[in-house]
Amino acid sequence: MKAGSHLFRKGGEDMQSEQLQIEKYIEDLKKSKNILLMTHQIIGYPDFATNELAIECFYRHGVDLIELQIPFSDPVADGPLFVKSNQAVLEKGVKVTQCLEFVARMVKKYPVSFLIMTYYNILYQYGVQRFIDKCQQIGVQGTIVPDAPLDEAREYFDYSRQQGLAAVSIATPYSFEQRLQEIASVGSGFIYYVPRKGVTGSKTNFADEVLAGIKSAKNITGATIAVGFGIQGAEDVAKLIGTADIAIIGSKIQRVIESEGLSGLELFMEAIAGVNGEE
Amino acid sequence: MNFNLSQNGYFGQYGGRFVPEILIPAVDELNRVFQEIRHDQDFYRQYYSLLMDFSGRPTPLTYAAGLTEYFGGGRIYIKREDLNHSGAHKINNVLGQGLVMKRLGKTRVIAETGAGQHGVATAIMAAKMGYKATIYMGAEDAERQYANVFWMKQLGAEVVPVTTGTATLKDAINEALRDWAGNFDNTHYVLGTACGPRPFPEMVTFFQSVISKEMKRQIHDLHGKNPDRIYACLGGGSNAMGAFAEFLEDDGVELIAVEAGGKGQASGKHASRIAYGTASVGICQGYKTLFLQDEDGQMLDTWSISAGLDYVGVSPILAHLAETKRVRVLAATDDQVIDAFKLVVSKEGLIPALESTHAFAGLFREVQNTASDDIIVVNMSGRGDKDIFNIGEALRDEGWKSFVQERGRRYAE
Ligand SMILES: Cc1ncc(COP(=O)(O)O)c(C=O)c1O
Repeated sequence: MKAGSHLFRKGGEDMQSEQLQIEKYIEDLKKSKNILLMTHQIIGYPDFATNELAIECFYRHGVDLIELQIPFSDPVADGPLFVKSNQAVLEKGVKVTQCLEFVARMVKKYPVSFLIMTYYNILYQYGVQRFIDKCQQIGVQGTIVPDAPLDEAREYFDYSRQQGLAAVSIATPYSFEQRLQEIASVGSGFIYYVPRKGVTGSKTNFADEVLAGIKSAKNITGATIAVGFGIQGAEDVAKLIGTADIAIIGSKIQRVIESEGLSGLELFMEAIAGVNGEE
Repeated sequence: MNFNLSQNGYFGQYGGRFVPEILIPAVDELNRVFQEIRHDQDFYRQYYSLLMDFSGRPTPLTYAAGLTEYFGGGRIYIKREDLNHSGAHKINNVLGQGLVMKRLGKTRVIAETGAGQHGVATAIMAAKMGYKATIYMGAEDAERQYANVFWMKQLGAEVVPVTTGTATLKDAINEALRDWAGNFDNTHYVLGTACGPRPFPEMVTFFQSVISKEMKRQIHDLHGKNPDRIYACLGGGSNAMGAFAEFLEDDGVELIAVEAGGKGQASGKHASRIAYGTASVGICQGYKTLFLQDEDGQMLDTWSISAGLDYVGVSPILAHLAETKRVRVLAATDDQVIDAFKLVVSKEGLIPALESTHAFAGLFREVQNTASDDIIVVNMSGRGDKDIFNIGEALRDEGWKSFVQERGRRYAE
């Protein structure tokens, strides 16, 4: 299915839509992998060259999805580590158009599924529809916007789906049944499940009740579930096998690069890839 | 006040609740409780008696004979929010939210603060009601308002200086939202102004409207009619909404909000979102309003001589009221504020906060357009003692300077 074909049926309550490209991609990969991997970079941090080497490293280690974050001055869903790196990029004067150019180049270079993560004001100033059109044009598969709630940002969710792009919605252990159903039906691509309170950056303890919460979200929605926030390494990823479909590794990667450099990232990613029996 | 103003948390195109999903249950629960209490007469009686007992309400409406005579225009009255316990209007909202917290069953309170007035008020409330308190304050603000930091700590609150972003009010709000996202099961976030996600703009307005409720009665007792104009300073919008709320439907009352013009429009160093027309619609800090931002949507650094007005967004209610021309918005520069300050102190024997002095400066600029039978009210949102370090510096007062130097020398020993 080509992005841009008419997926959107107006009028009907249930927006029965055809499978998005990214949904098909995930479905196929699920057949051959224990768990899919999504890794994260803040665009421009510490610099574009390091971003690119990290992405190359992700690619070589079989990462399935890459989440690239466009920095924002007021990232409320992020903890201290990412707050500082968002700010550091902006202090260098990096603009949204440069970020988009970088993403476009990465999409061309690596046959991995790319998503853009950012805050709603970035889309809003660019023009929500124009931003999504741009994503589609450069081959981005979807977006993740943590401060765009379902009921406030319908234009964003509906237009994304209409254009064949995922607008990934977010669920938490505090999203109860009815809300989960809305999260599943308004969002698309997959559900980003945040397994605890708080912001990015601190460790999550993947205890039994946390895993039970993820399972329950999966049962209720029947959707693909990606779990992010606080994954520290291969051990956490392994714990998620059989529960989550996708493991998202964010701030830990920045920590590894900052403390051990790209060679440290190499070892870290090797261990992660081992979870799927790959090198 | 017209409580049908809001359509589902929206005021025209502004408002909403753009928070991460993890906070949705907390803000929606708060909204449910607010909808419960807003029409509950018993709750309101309990609230008002707390304000009377503890904060000294009603605050007087003082006739400003000296200023009235000096300008020879309309009769000027001053609503004395400076006489509240803690020295500013902020406590009206804080005590109300303290009671809301009881209903919510929460035991810890967090707040952001700019000038420190809201932080002090929150620390007072927490001490009185037996809650734990954490106050987020931009590192830059903590430096210019250390006296308030001192009092918050004495009152038992933890004060966290925020060094991220521009290290001012905006960044303190971000940190408070992050704390709330991690602790909402026992923690209530007392937002200090009429901004942020639903229901804060309306809830803060609801509590602050005690100002205009009293003002209306007081001016009717004196003159048997509404005032012709009301002036209030405009940071986030809580004292302005408080002073305007009861008059929104009284078309004859002109409502004027005065923003921080800082070093003037051309300098770019200001915090005027509406008057200078340089802000644009955006979504940040959990709500949609006019923000000072660049073309990418990154928030800009703001400037004001008064920490309490140094804010990048503005109440969605006021953004809407300005758009619909119900409220007129001016900006007063730092220099105009210093001049106005000297005049108020010398003519009235009152010491306004620098924030509140913006309201006076706004009036003084156009007082020549008033007739002698016009009735004008200035909302003096707070007292200026806390600003002594800034005012001493701005007035280049030699005596104050040598006092500070001498103290410094003594501490250095
Ligand atoms: C005395 C005083 N007035 C006004 C303000 C500005 O806030 P708002 O616009 O919410 O009234 C502050 C904020 O700290 C303040 O302390």
